Amino acid sequence: MSIFIDEKTPVLVQGITGRIGSFHAKEMIDYGTNVVAGVTPGKGGTTHLGRPVFNTVHEAVKETGAETSIVFVPPAYAGDGIMEAAESGIKYCVSITDGIPTHDMIRVKRYINSAKPEERMVLTGPNCAGTISPGKAMMGIMPGHIYMKGSVGLIGRSGTLGYEAASQMKELGIGISTAVGIGGDPINGSSFLEILKHFEEDDETEAVLIIGEIGGPQEAAAAEYFQKHMSKPMAAYIAGLTAPPGRLMGHAGAIVNTSGESAAEKVEILQDAGVMVSPTPSDMGATMAKLLQGI
Amino acid sequence: MNIHEYQAKKLLANYGVPIPRGGIAHSATEAIYQSNELGGNQWIVKAQLHSGARGKAGGVKLCKSHNEISEFCDQLLGNNLVTNQTGPQGKMVSSIYVEEASDITKELYFSIVLDRATQKVTLIASTEGGMDIEKVAEETPEKITKIVIDPAVGMQPFQSRQLAFTLNLPNDVVGAASRAVMKCYRAFRDTDANLLEINPLVLTSDNRILAIDAKMTFDSNALYRRPEIFEFRDKTQEDPRETSAAEHDLSYIGLDGKIGCIINGAGLAMATMDMIQHAGGEPANFLDIGGGASSERVATSIELVLSDKNVEAILINIFAGINRCDWVAQGIVDLLNKREVDVPLVVRLSGTNVEKGQKILRDSGKKVITADTLADAAYKVVDAWKSNE
Repeated sequence: MSIFIDEKTPVLVQGITGRIGSFHAKEMIDYGTNVVAGVTPGKGGTTHLGRPVFNTVHEAVKETGAETSIVFVPPAYAGDGIMEAAESGIKYCVSITDGIPTHDMIRVKRYINSAKPEERMVLTGPNCAGTISPGKAMMGIMPGHIYMKGSVGLIGRSGTLGYEAASQMKELGIGISTAVGIGGDPINGSSFLEILKHFEEDDETEAVLIIGEIGGPQEAAAAEYFQKHMSKPMAAYIAGLTAPPGRLMGHAGAIVNTSGESAAEKVEILQDAGVMVSPTPSDMGATMAKLLQGI
Repeated sequence: MNIHEYQAKKLLANYGVPIPRGGIAHSATEAIYQSNELGGNQWIVKAQLHSGARGKAGGVKLCKSHNEISEFCDQLLGNNLVTNQTGPQGKMVSSIYVEEASDITKELYFSIVLDRATQKVTLIASTEGGMDIEKVAEETPEKITKIVIDPAVGMQPFQSRQLAFTLNLPNDVVGAASRAVMKCYRAFRDTDANLLEINPLVLTSDNRILAIDAKMTFDSNALYRRPEIFEFRDKTQEDPRETSAAEHDLSYIGLDGKIGCIINGAGLAMATMDMIQHAGGEPANFLDIGGGASSERVATSIELVLSDKNVEAILINIFAGINRCDWVAQGIVDLLNKREVDVPLVVRLSGTNVEKGQKILRDSGKKVITADTLADAAYKVVDAWKSNE
């Protein structure tokens, strides 16, 4: 098993006829992902990349049985698109869009969380590279070929730093069960903690690597969850040791402003919880190799 | 995006939040005119720049004569003021705000933030106004009240009352404080603000509630739908390198080191900066050129980094996902054909079409140091920088 997606999972692409959506939908199909439909309001009834296009997510789900959705809608409309997916019974949604207003995301989260826990859609992103279960399916914009199939669960806030980790691991012959990008925004769909729960329950995942960065409380929450509830070993890397306080570093989420949110403090919290922390970004693969030797 | 205190006060006043009377001035003459308009015999004059801690830095003064106002303006207007938040170069004082002096009997703290833990808008208030709120939170957390707002219904009157009653105010003022808090919330909600901080919010001797200072920041991603906020932008408060980068849709932050960095992705950029420091160097900047890095963007980025005279070596680290290593390599070669680069240039390419990219660099005959891994790149750029000194 992998988490969230495999080769059978029926995937819907919201914004499939747009330039970016179209490009990545094709890459996803070429990778072997079971893309069953697309949604672009006003283009219902047409086909694109050999897939039927619908006007609404509701209709697409009803006609094709899509269970997951990837959102390539421009920032001003992306929040609306995510809520439409949640309302239409999508179980897992990836939002790639960068630049969604924070106040929109607060409403989106409130809307998603108003559903009963057992019916609630899981959202990852926005502003992420997506999710990939190597060798099975890809919902995202990552270069699929750098991920090797295996048993490590990978969760990261940054896209390219996640690629860096995946390629370091591949270099050492370490494969990945599923890699989940949770995005760099201050309000994101899922935190490390929520994805960790899925990896803990996944038979195929033996160990987890989380890649965090400065800002926000979610690495500390992951450390606490790991200590209290996880049976699988975990490694981590935190970017931003040299980041000056009070400055935004590209990701809207990467700003150090309150205590416990600097990279050094996060490293300490994770180490205290028993997480193996990679000392530099070039040691992520080696740290994971060391962790796996201990199993 | 940040705005000035006087702009934040104007915005809040439009929502009915009580503020002291005041006027903005761009010269000593204008400042004296504003003081005459206000009347009275003492005024608070405040340097306007995008920074807190202005008082400690000499940017705020109680003046009792026109001479004092004039002196204050001559000293500060058009010059840079260094506070503990501006960095050593300081920020330019672009205008002076002249306010009536208030007779204060109690100083309170009030702010509205986006709390990342609850992922909701949260109001924070304390009886300990005028102080460093982080210190209050650490040492006397019982003196801080937090109210979390449900985004589905917004702030309710009972919540503003709850907050106001914790502030130990005279009973006949609680209503006014509660209304002021509600008006602040509306201003925050309607403008896509990230932060609103009033420190201090005060009680005056004649039992009025007043916002003595006001700081607001806004979500840059939402400015497209807030043209009235975008109007408040003051480019004199921005690092010109950052402004120029933003015009090219690049995310740049100037730092104090010697090694210029060009990287795709914010996380990888921060990690690369960490690696440079680990290897014994200091980054001169943070620069994220984004996912779809074309040849032109790479060339523009190198020009931008070179415009910083502190830069003595450059590291380009690109992990190609949706872009291609050969495009990046071509961008570097094109630029080197166009202009001389007299600092060492280390390039690490990885991901899609890496072999093609490396071949382009090799075949160009240009002086480019290539690296295979992140660590290799960081050590090479630090070595090249040190041996070039």
